[in-house]
Amino acid sequence: MLNITVIVLLFLGLFFFFAGSVGILRFPDFYSRLHPAGKLDSMGLLLTMSAMALYTVGQWNLGAFLTAIKIMLIVVFIYITSPTATHAIVDAGVRAGLTPWIRSDKGTEHDLAA
Amino acid sequence: MNDSSQMGTTCASSSSSAKNPARRRRFGLAFWLTFVICMATWMVLSGLFDAFHLSLGVISCAIVADLNARAMWLDVNLGRTLRHWGRFAVYVPWLLIQIWRANLHMLKLTFHPRMRQLINPRMVSFKSRIDNRMGLFIMANSITLTPGTVTVFTSVMGRFTVHAIDDVSARGLPGEMEDRVARIFED
Repeated sequence: MLNITVIVLLFLGLFFFFAGSVGILRFPDFYSRLHPAGKLDSMGLLLTMSAMALYTVGQWNLGAFLTAIKIMLIVVFIYITSPTATHAIVDAGVRAGLTPWIRSDKGTEHDLAA
Repeated sequence: MNDSSQMGTTCASSSSSAKNPARRRRFGLAFWLTFVICMATWMVLSGLFDAFHLSLGVISCAIVADLNARAMWLDVNLGRTLRHWGRFAVYVPWLLIQIWRANLHMLKLTFHPRMRQLINPRMVSFKSRIDNRMGLFIMANSITLTPGTVTVFTSVMGRFTVHAIDDVSARGLPGEMEDRVARIFED
């Protein structure tokens, strides 16, 4: 039962990571690419790391429990630093004067070519 | 509240702290809070509970706490700090639910064949009523963590500039999240 939960969580997390990579390729410009990059990743991380922690806790001893806490600490630190890093990247874009991509209502063919 | 030190006799500057309230006691509450946090981290990360390693931890945590206590806690008040942490602990599950829901929305956008007609990126600016820096930090990071929105710029005065990916994400700002973050830090 525990193994099934762990496997489901792992694959769900990997799916989010995969979606994040696809998003980076599909979105139109620098700013919108950061949305999947910075955040589908954080969900994928939460799911995969929870799976790891759950799997470790399944051994029922103190060492395993401490390891699980350490794994969850990774999640906490990433959740603090990842938005900060995303913000730093966006800020660099703004300072360099890059204008955001805006949808033009007729020219989608042109956008796809660009 | 500040005087709950258990080592009051070894306090170095009790007479001068009476004259100058800005200068706090050496082994006051700030020291003990920092010490407890450091020691908990030490125990979790080392995983060794014999006398030798624990005493090493006590020594190094005491040094670190003494050096950093006054920098970490500008105005220590046990009741208020605990209230803030408690409310933050209530806020985190709500944020996780928001992250989950917004991630599903992001997934849908990512794999949608006509994604470029669905998204409508724009910059949104608003003025937040949150007035403390920790609240602004939590607010900015929460905005970035919920997909569809990335914080571009935050000022100490509470001005936010946010890049939103589509209309749904833009409409949700500042909204409920601001209320909840503001509620964490009201006294």
